[in-house]
Amino acid sequence: MSMLHTVNKSPFERNTLVSCLGHATAGSAILLIEDGVYGALEGTAHSDLLRGALADHSVYVLGPDLNARGMTDDQIIEGVSVVDYGGFVDLTEKHEKVQAWL
Amino acid sequence: MKYGILVNEGPYQHQASDTAYQFAKAVLDKGHELYRVFFYHDGVNNGTRFAVPPQDDRKIAELWSQMAEAHGTDLVICIAAAQRRGLLDEGEAKRQGKDGNNIAPGFRISGLGQLIEAGIQCDRLVVFGD
Repeated sequence: MSMLHTVNKSPFERNTLVSCLGHATAGSAILLIEDGVYGALEGTAHSDLLRGALADHSVYVLGPDLNARGMTDDQIIEGVSVVDYGGFVDLTEKHEKVQAWL
Repeated sequence: MKYGILVNEGPYQHQASDTAYQFAKAVLDKGHELYRVFFYHDGVNNGTRFAVPPQDDRKIAELWSQMAEAHGTDLVICIAAAQRRGLLDEGEAKRQGKDGNNIAPGFRISGLGQLIEAGIQCDRLVVFGD
């Protein structure tokens, strides 16, 4: 069963991204929303964590939340896909369950 | 596909209600069915018509009400969470002996069973909170 995990906290604020990656089975997808988008940034202390996750998971970031925080697509880790709200809905459709890491 | 949404935060604590609203809009835009939006905990504060945000601020309660009017979306507020926070409809105001009610158009007050039912009936239940 494939699952979509949503993470809405920055890895600099809470450990939900670490917890999520520790529990998510291979093949499940991870979507970073709200302050979670900071986890997708290249060149930070947490970049290696997410880069490592790309081997087992498809990782997405919500574009509007990225832009709302003054960041652009070219600042995120290679291999992370940017989606809009419609893309968010498509991901929930594609994956059987949605788990929010609050 | 049939969607249920759970909102656990109010409009001024966290981005959750904004994300939930944008997600709900995208669900409808894509032609899916939005079976119910359930407001729990501080999320009940999404449903007061007495909030008067500054002119240049977003008006979350109004946006939800407009969605309910346009699409018949079922907006359900948890009764226990609402009573604690002073959110009442006409019936509850009368029952509790209060002098008025403040529920926004399109919202209704009901119990947790409505959340459970949404979880059973919907293909997806998506949670937004802090």
